[in-house]
Amino acid sequence: MTTKRSGAKTAAGLAATAVMLFPVYWMINVSFTSDQRMRKSPPDWFPVDGTLDGYRAVLDQQLPYLGASLIVGLGTVALTLAVAAPAGFALAKLRPRGGGVLSFLLLVAQMIPGIIMAMGYYAFLLNIGMLNTLPGVIIADTTIAVPFAVLIFTAFMAGIPDEIMQAAVTDGAGTLRTFWSVIMPVSRNATVTVSLFAFLWAWSDFVFASTLDSGGTLRPITLGIYHYIGNNNQEWNAIMATAVVASIPATVLLVLAQRYVAAGVSAGAVKD
Amino acid sequence: MNIRTQAPPTRSVDGPSGAAFSAAPPRAARHRAAQVTSQWAAWAFLTPITVYLIAFYAYPLYRNLDLSLRHYTVRSFVYGNAEFIGLDNYRTVLVDPTFLPALGHTVVFTLVSLALQFSIGMALAVFFTQHFRLSVTLRALFLVPWLLPLIVSASTWSWLLNSDSGIVNTALALLGVDPVNWLTSPDWSLTSVIIANVWIGIPFNLVVLYSGLRGIPPHIHEAAALDGATGWQRFWRVTFPLLRPVSAITLLLGLVYTLKVFDIIWIMTKGGPVDSSTTFATWSYRLGFGNPLPAFGPGAAVGNLLIVMAVVFGLIYIRVQRKQQQP
Repeated sequence: MTTKRSGAKTAAGLAATAVMLFPVYWMINVSFTSDQRMRKSPPDWFPVDGTLDGYRAVLDQQLPYLGASLIVGLGTVALTLAVAAPAGFALAKLRPRGGGVLSFLLLVAQMIPGIIMAMGYYAFLLNIGMLNTLPGVIIADTTIAVPFAVLIFTAFMAGIPDEIMQAAVTDGAGTLRTFWSVIMPVSRNATVTVSLFAFLWAWSDFVFASTLDSGGTLRPITLGIYHYIGNNNQEWNAIMATAVVASIPATVLLVLAQRYVAAGVSAGAVKD
Repeated sequence: MNIRTQAPPTRSVDGPSGAAFSAAPPRAARHRAAQVTSQWAAWAFLTPITVYLIAFYAYPLYRNLDLSLRHYTVRSFVYGNAEFIGLDNYRTVLVDPTFLPALGHTVVFTLVSLALQFSIGMALAVFFTQHFRLSVTLRALFLVPWLLPLIVSASTWSWLLNSDSGIVNTALALLGVDPVNWLTSPDWSLTSVIIANVWIGIPFNLVVLYSGLRGIPPHIHEAAALDGATGWQRFWRVTFPLLRPVSAITLLLGLVYTLKVFDIIWIMTKGGPVDSSTTFATWSYRLGFGNPLPAFGPGAAVGNLLIVMAVVFGLIYIRVQRKQQQP
């Protein structure tokens, strides 16, 4: 391939990426634009006379929401790992009778729309007095991640050579010990992938937040933005600043864990 | 075409291999006692997920079914003494004037989104299999729309498509096109939410199809090129057929996912104006949670109809997968 053709492809790639990411750029641009310039026609392509008003509003009003989302995200990761890692280990390595049925149920579970789970959860959490609490949202959010997490753990752990396990057993380790001290450390990549997705999905969940925690004292950031749009649909710089801040975890995780993201998407979709 | 017949039926894809769900070969030298212990151990490790599935999947789903068969008011919801009315909620929903439009919008939204996401995702995946500077970085950047919280994407699109000050209308004005009321006109609201949904769905299609393409051995392409096939012929006659299993799964997962889409539509248009972008998902939400006087029963009934649709497609997905696993 000549350098010239490669250069043309790079240019085409840059152009396609620019088109695809334009909405993201525009979100950032608007977040710095002052109210007066917002409705200017044609709009400014760069934040001329940029303002930090939007970000000041975020810091003033949205911090509790961000904190709540952090709790929900971490709680979802913890519960997902606690349930899914042992299940993946058992399905991949211990060959339980009935394991196939369980895997099948998990596949079906992935097909159930969140809005339907939300209705059931509403009734359920209302009865046990956990409506409008973060633990209620955490439990509901894990339903998005758990089937996927079991899939990833099973697929990954099936690839760990049996010899490693047998060596541990020969050394006198029980199954629990083998799982905890041998299999889990080796499965670090799967754990990272699962944690990443569980956190992102919980962080960006809107359905469960809005149905199960709309009246809570601590509410996730997705609700923060939603109510902000409802109440101040003129202050687009503040709305977009909140959106930018709410996107930071996704961006940071993408930069830090790019290869896990790609592996997770492919593995979750094409288990083959 | 002999290239096709020579091609090994390979479908390997990067990422962890997933032989997990097929039964493992029986291990010859294993003591029966050890196997019994191992069964106990296996189910000990499966206890958390089993309890979890029953408590946090099966029970809420049962409650949702129960909701759909009773007449609920806010009072009876709290006290739990709602009257059992059988399938009345389903009848209410089926004769509701929203039913047919919602069904139509669900079908159009799903099919158009899928077709666009898939074809654009495929074009980009093919593009990115070529070697050029920055290709890895640019491909990673393409993931951003998929990782952003949906509320962020949906609000950003609301602003881009704003009738008065949105950049899209500004750009159209430069081309001499009159402003379009993207979100406030019944003619355009469905198109608007489809545009946003396609944008969000492209990265998923790109990543999965890209790893599918990477799984096709390069020598097949080289052979086709030697036989004199043009780029387009190579794609259409060689790559595309080999990619069929991956494509099928991408489309079916996309289908199941798109049926569920709620956030984007609700945030951008709330299903309106006058139901012009209402789908089953948003209708169910509106009935259950979007009113001062919630209609939980009919809401749950709509939800259950959606579940039936999703599970039917899910079963197709599993069938296709099984077929694929056979040699």
